[in-house]
Amino acid sequence: MPQDAAPPPLYAPREPIFPRRVKGTFRTLKWWIMGVTLAIYYLTPWIRWDRGPNLPDQAVLIDMAGRRFYFFWIEIWPHEFYFVAGLLIMAGLGLFLFTSALGRVWCGYACPQTVWTDLFILVERWIEGDRNARVRLWNAGWSARKLRLRVTKWAVWFVIAMATGGAWVFYFADAPTLARDLVTFDAPLVAYSTILVLTATTFVFGGFMREQVCNYMCPWPRIQAAMMDESTLTVAYRHWRGEPRGKHRKAEGADKLGDCIDCMACVNVCPAGIDIRDGQQMECITCALCIDACDEVMARIGKPRGLIDYLALSDEAAETQGAQPRPIWQHVLRPRTVLYTAMWALIGVALVYALFIRSDIDMTVEPVRNPQFVTLSDGSVRNTYTLRIRNLTAEDREFRVMLTSDEILRIDVEAEGRVPNHVAVPANETLQARVYVIARPQDAAAAQATTDLRLWVEDVETDDRAGVATIFNGKG
Amino acid sequence: MADKDIDQVTGTDTTGHEWDGIKELNNPLPRWWLWTFYGTVAWGLVYTVAFPAWPLVNSATAGLLGYSTRAEVAEQIAAVDAQNAQVAGRLATADLATLAPDDPAHRYGVAGGASVFASHCSQCHGSGAAGAKGYPNLLDDDWLWGGDLEAIEYTVRHGIRNEVDADARWSEMPAFGEILEDAEIAATVEYVLQLSGQDHDAGLAGQGAVLFEEQCSACHGEAGEGIRDLGAPRLSDAIWLYGGDRETLTQTITYSRFGVMPPWGARLDEDEIKAVTLYLHQLGGGE
Ligand code: SF4
Ligand code: SF4
Repeated sequence: MPQDAAPPPLYAPREPIFPRRVKGTFRTLKWWIMGVTLAIYYLTPWIRWDRGPNLPDQAVLIDMAGRRFYFFWIEIWPHEFYFVAGLLIMAGLGLFLFTSALGRVWCGYACPQTVWTDLFILVERWIEGDRNARVRLWNAGWSARKLRLRVTKWAVWFVIAMATGGAWVFYFADAPTLARDLVTFDAPLVAYSTILVLTATTFVFGGFMREQVCNYMCPWPRIQAAMMDESTLTVAYRHWRGEPRGKHRKAEGADKLGDCIDCMACVNVCPAGIDIRDGQQMECITCALCIDACDEVMARIGKPRGLIDYLALSDEAAETQGAQPRPIWQHVLRPRTVLYTAMWALIGVALVYALFIRSDIDMTVEPVRNPQFVTLSDGSVRNTYTLRIRNLTAEDREFRVMLTSDEILRIDVEAEGRVPNHVAVPANETLQARVYVIARPQDAAAAQATTDLRLWVEDVETDDRAGVATIFNGKG
Repeated sequence: MADKDIDQVTGTDTTGHEWDGIKELNNPLPRWWLWTFYGTVAWGLVYTVAFPAWPLVNSATAGLLGYSTRAEVAEQIAAVDAQNAQVAGRLATADLATLAPDDPAHRYGVAGGASVFASHCSQCHGSGAAGAKGYPNLLDDDWLWGGDLEAIEYTVRHGIRNEVDADARWSEMPAFGEILEDAEIAATVEYVLQLSGQDHDAGLAGQGAVLFEEQCSACHGEAGEGIRDLGAPRLSDAIWLYGGDRETLTQTITYSRFGVMPPWGARLDEDEIKAVTLYLHQLGGGE
């Protein structure tokens, strides 16, 4: 096929976006959320929590080398990783719940990409001025002033980015110690490289990539489509009320115009650079700033607020017919959201339950099955078990090892130089000991194939005990 | 043809490519994406020059940085060896009998001995040290040549009935098929069954007792309790190297047995011998 025109370009440069400042309910809410989330992120590692002499006193600490996760009064060992899995499932279900009820609220209010971009735009506006000034600066050639503004802006961004990357590493080591080591260049290389990478990503994502991260790098906007339905509340434009739009209110035929005065306020504040009046779009992060912008305009021209509003697709259709939209609670309380909430709560309750029944003695018994049993000179049959006892407390403890069974069996714990069948487990450590269980030749356990038994460990001082069921192999 | 070919349904322009009426929409990728792609290509080139990558006939390019995973592993092994050199040296010269169990050299020995066992001994004695027919079980409390640290170390070092080491443990049971009549062997078997507390023919065992006294007790002891200096097994217990049933016993007495073990002194380092000795001793039967 002959081409008589140059083929259209397959790549496009990023269209710069200059969001205008806006005031209103949602903007205020977003400032609060930004403040709280940033404070949580930056300050958490500095909270102290006294756990006694042998354990770290940092409230939230991921101790990679020691393989422990500390969260206030909770301490999670690697074998309890299901807590983390449970929390991740809850986080996932929480996202489903919020998305099916309120669309992309996560994106609009709480996503780090949104929060940091918001912060970077705040800095940008503070240094370079609001939208119009920034557009002018963008279009202007390089001058001393432009250079000064740009460099100042980048410098502030860089400081924020550094603080962000820096805060991350404090979750993985004692914060005050690491802070000192970082400035004296004694910190491990991995701390510096982590800070470097996170500083770079924060600087680039918050300062330059912004909505490009959402549109091209993040999978979530595309998953949204599957999570939302026609009852989901999302930011939308009341088409029936706004159209036909028109600027010239005094001109002839103005009485036929809708409420939209085509002032572009909603477009100018949009951090995604889109026009919400074109309908729902993949790029919209539902930050609700266009609602604030339009409400301001409506107030000025004396029309009711909510030309752009949280609205469901089904409401749009109903309102066009002149019916009332469904009340908010009916959008939020639907079988689907109730189901998500129930699942979410169920896992939550299960986790809390697991946390409370968690014993501070933790034992595992691994029967040695190579060989299944050993015959001794006198004809006795001996089984071997590897016993592991985890002492989850901050004190050294001594345990008695015992067994119970319907048959006659003798226990012999390999632990030299201690009281027979007693083992000492240092604080916050795991002890491994070999346990022999022996059946005399004349007893039933020696002859039959298997015998059930239970191995117990009992704290010598407190009598707290834990037990594990296992099996004794005989010759049968 | 028009300058732009706009798709009617979506309002997006197309790339102009068409297959059987299906057109490809043009949603242009951001340019930074393209540059990122070029960036990865450039990085890939630099990387394959800097690191070993391009295959040649017999090897591959070594890379300008001279990096080699093999060399790195060798380095790490050397580093670990250096780290362990002191404790290994101490183990090599230690008196095992007086080495405390919580001594790092002791723990190093037990752990290292497990590896030595896995690579050199498990072929005959089994990965769990439970032995097999003809290969002693090392977990139980019965020892042919002695089960204290000294005896185990000697056995490991010199082996059993081998021609290589002049100090190897040595003994030889005659094949009684050439010495006794079949009936006499059968009677002896009954007596051995009696010694180990198994079902037996009491009448035959009575005859066998006399034969045992004459032929066997010199090595296996008056009551079949065995003599360790000769590596003659105890016959009065529940543990059998080849089997304690009538048929196997007949076979053993008629044809004899001749189990061998190589001397490891020539093939293992001093600390490895000590290590495997410690390991064997703590398996559950050490004396
Ligand atoms: S369209 Fe409105 S809600 Fe969506 S991103 Fe833009 S300003 Fe935010
Ligand atoms: S802010 Fe409101 S009135 Fe102005 S253009 Fe947007 S929808 Fe129309």
